[in-house]
Amino acid sequence: MGAGGPQPLLAVDGVTLQYKTREHLVTATYRVSFDVHPSDRFVLLGPSGCGKSTLLKAVGGYLKPVEGTIRLKGAEVARPGPDRVMVFQEFDQLLPWKTVKENVAFALEASGRMRGREAQERAMACIEKVNLVRFADSLPHTLSGGMKQRVAIARGMAMEPDILLMDEPFAALDALTRRKMQDELMQLWEGTRFTVLFVTHSIPEAVRIGNRILLLSPHPGQVKAELNSDGSDAEDPSGRRLSDRIHSMLFSDGETEPEAAAHG
Amino acid sequence: MASRPPARPEYVREQVDEHDFGVVNKPLTLWERVYGNTVVRKASILVVLALVWQAYAMHLGNALLLPTFTDTLHSFLDRVGSGELLRKSWVSIKVLLQGYAIGLVLALVITMLAIATRIGNDLLETLTAMFNPLPAIALLPVALIWFGLGSGSIIFVLVHAVLWPIALATHSGFLGVSSTLRMVGRNYGLAGFAYVRRILIPAAFPSILSGLKIGWAFAWRTLIAAELVFGTTSGSGGLGWFIYENKNVLDIPAVFAGLFTVILIGLLVENLIFRTIEQRTVRRWGMHF
Repeated sequence: MGAGGPQPLLAVDGVTLQYKTREHLVTATYRVSFDVHPSDRFVLLGPSGCGKSTLLKAVGGYLKPVEGTIRLKGAEVARPGPDRVMVFQEFDQLLPWKTVKENVAFALEASGRMRGREAQERAMACIEKVNLVRFADSLPHTLSGGMKQRVAIARGMAMEPDILLMDEPFAALDALTRRKMQDELMQLWEGTRFTVLFVTHSIPEAVRIGNRILLLSPHPGQVKAELNSDGSDAEDPSGRRLSDRIHSMLFSDGETEPEAAAHG
Repeated sequence: MASRPPARPEYVREQVDEHDFGVVNKPLTLWERVYGNTVVRKASILVVLALVWQAYAMHLGNALLLPTFTDTLHSFLDRVGSGELLRKSWVSIKVLLQGYAIGLVLALVITMLAIATRIGNDLLETLTAMFNPLPAIALLPVALIWFGLGSGSIIFVLVHAVLWPIALATHSGFLGVSSTLRMVGRNYGLAGFAYVRRILIPAAFPSILSGLKIGWAFAWRTLIAAELVFGTTSGSGGLGWFIYENKNVLDIPAVFAGLFTVILIGLLVENLIFRTIEQRTVRRWGMHF
C-alpha cells in the first residue's frame, strides 16, 4: 500500500460489512483492506464465517459497506455492473431457457457490450477456449456440473470484465473434476492474464490458484495475513510448506475446523 | 477385540470387449410397449367408461334421465354437422378469450407492481386474499347491474375468474426465482422492465404456466355457468345457453352433447395448447417440477 507504488486495480479500504438475518444484525467483516493489481490471481481464504463471500458480493456491488470504501479503477463501486462479472458456486447460474451459446451471447447483449453477429462470434470463441464447442447448442440441464461451471467461466471471460469475481466456483464439484478445473483455469489465465478475485475455503486450492492469498479469520472476518504463492506449495527457509503455514495461521487459536482443510 | 481382516492378493482385470458378451439392449415385448404408451392407457379408460355408460343407460331405459352413449353421440354429430354446436362453441370461446386476455394483462401489471414496491406487494396480497375465494359467479348479479345483459358482464366475471389465480401464481413464481439468477441478471446491468422480461418471467415460467392453466380452467367453468344463468348475449348464445335451451325442450341427448362439447374443448386446450407450450418451454429447459 506504499505511496508512489503502482496503482491498484481494485482497492478495498477498511471495509466493514453487515447484513441482517431475521433475528440478528451480523457483522460479516471488520475493517478489511487489500489491493488487487492487474493480472492478479487474488484469493480470499478463510474458514466458513469469515465473510469472504460477503466481501466478494460487496465488490460485486450487491452489498454496501457500512464503513470503508471499495474502489475499482479509482471509482467507488455503487451497484452491480458488467465491469465485475461474478462466477457463482451454484450450478443454476446459467439461464436454463438458453443454450450454452445463447447464455454467453445474452450476457454480452444484455449488458450492451456488443450485439448480433459480433456477440455470437465472441461467444463461440470463448466456448472454444473452455472446450465446449460440441455443446454450444445444448441446454444447461443436459450438462454436467463441471461443464456448467466452464460455461459460466466462458461467459465471464467473454464479457472481458476489469475483474472476474469467483465465489467458490469449484466447491460443488467432485474432487477429480475440481482438480481438472483448477488446471484449466490456470491455462486460461496463462492465455489472457485476466484479473481474478477468487474465494475459497480450501487451502490446497488457494495455494494452487492464487499468486496472492489473503487470509481471513472468522467472526467477524478480519485480515490475518497476506501471502505470496507460486502455485507449487513451496517450502520457506525454515522448511515449512506454504499450506502448513496457512493451516497453522488459520487454526492457531486451537480451534480446529476440519472442513477448511478437507477439500482439495 | 476386533480381528484383522484377512490378507488378500490384489488383481487387475482386462476389460471384456463389447462384442464378446450377450445382450446389452433387449427389445421390449409388444405388451410392454403397448402398456407403456400413455395415450393407449388413457384411451382404454375412456372406452371402458363409455361401455359402462352405455350398459347402464340401456338397463335404465329412460332417455329423459340418462340417454345412452350412442344417442348422445348421434345428437352430438347431428348438431356438429348442422354447424350449431360449432357456432355456439365459437361464441363461447370468443368471449372467453377476451376475458382471459384482459385478466392476463391485468395480472401481469399487478404482479410487476407487487415485485417493484412494497405497497404493491401488500396490494396484491390483500386483493388476492379478498377476491380469490370469491366465486366469479357470485359477482354476476352486480355485473348485470353495471354492464347490463350482454358480453360485457360475462367478460367482467371472466376477468375476475382469471386475474387472481394468475396473479397469485406469477407472484409466487417471481418470488421463487433463485437469488443466483437474480444476481446474474443484475450483474449484466439489467433493471426495471428489461430485468422482469428477460430474467424473471422466463425463470418463473413453470409457475406462470400453471397459473395460466388454472386461470383457463376457472374461466371456462365460469363462462359456461354464467351462460347457463343468464343465457344469451345479444341473440346468439354460447354453449351454456345451448345446454339450457335443450333442457327446456327436454332434448336430453342434446344436453349431454352440449356437456360433452364442454369437456372436449377443455381437454383439447389442455392437451394440445398447454401441453405444447409446456413441451416447448419448461420441459425442454428441464425446469418442470
